[in-house]
Amino acid sequence: MSGFLHVRTWLILLAITAITYWVGEGGLAGQASIVPVLLIFALAFAKGLLVCLDFLELRHAPALWRWIVIGWLLAVLSLIVLAYAVGMHHGGA
Amino acid sequence: MTSFVDSAPRLRGDLGVWLVILLELLTFAILFVSFAFARTGEVALFNASQATLNLNTGAINTALLITGSWCVASAVRAVQGNACARGARWLLGALACGAGFVVVKLGEFADKLASGVDLSTNTFYMFYFFLTGFHFLHVVVGMLALAYLWFKTRRGDYGQNNVHALETGAAFWHMVDLLWIVLFPLVYVMR
Repeated sequence: MSGFLHVRTWLILLAITAITYWVGEGGLAGQASIVPVLLIFALAFAKGLLVCLDFLELRHAPALWRWIVIGWLLAVLSLIVLAYAVGMHHGGA
Repeated sequence: MTSFVDSAPRLRGDLGVWLVILLELLTFAILFVSFAFARTGEVALFNASQATLNLNTGAINTALLITGSWCVASAVRAVQGNACARGARWLLGALACGAGFVVVKLGEFADKLASGVDLSTNTFYMFYFFLTGFHFLHVVVGMLALAYLWFKTRRGDYGQNNVHALETGAAFWHMVDLLWIVLFPLVYVMR
């Protein structure tokens, strides 16, 4: 992994954080719709994936390790989205 | 055969510490999912409580951890190329980011406690203090590891053929970043 790629990863991570902040601050979150929930957690997945592949260097690790950590990320975020969907159904948010 | 060793798939860092990392990931997964499902029963309460959190400090801390992670990844790269002095400077940068996170987080905790909110206020704050507090402890442990690695790197103890300890500390620090990447949208942003 070259230094340039590290810089690129870092800048993308900051950009995604800015978008997440904008969605939260702009009130797009919490509009009783699953769309912003999916967006926010898709952004979190993209961030987590970059950290796993580029910073943890799992890109160059045995496939099993790569999939354990990415699988963890996917499973956790999917369950959270499921819970938010259930919450909307119950509470009408 | 040996010339292929470098390009062969390799887990960066100590296997034992990686097993600890998996255990941490599992523990936090249980906490994150518990938070999300506890919320389904008290959506209005969770949303109202979350609205009292400071999104600005949460976002600043996200940027600090991401930048710290970048610094550590750059430090590992520098030492892999035998540039120990440069590696040590990157580690110092990561420590500065960690220190910034600690200061901002302590300010946030102090602010909450001063306004009369604590673990027992309601279910949201119980999770808020427990999740962010537990994560905070990991930041502190990671910083102690980075300080030790900075000291060793600056002395020139590591290099191209001796980067194992540094990679191990880096893996732990990236895990702390990864956990916050899930924690931030869950606790601070999503309503």
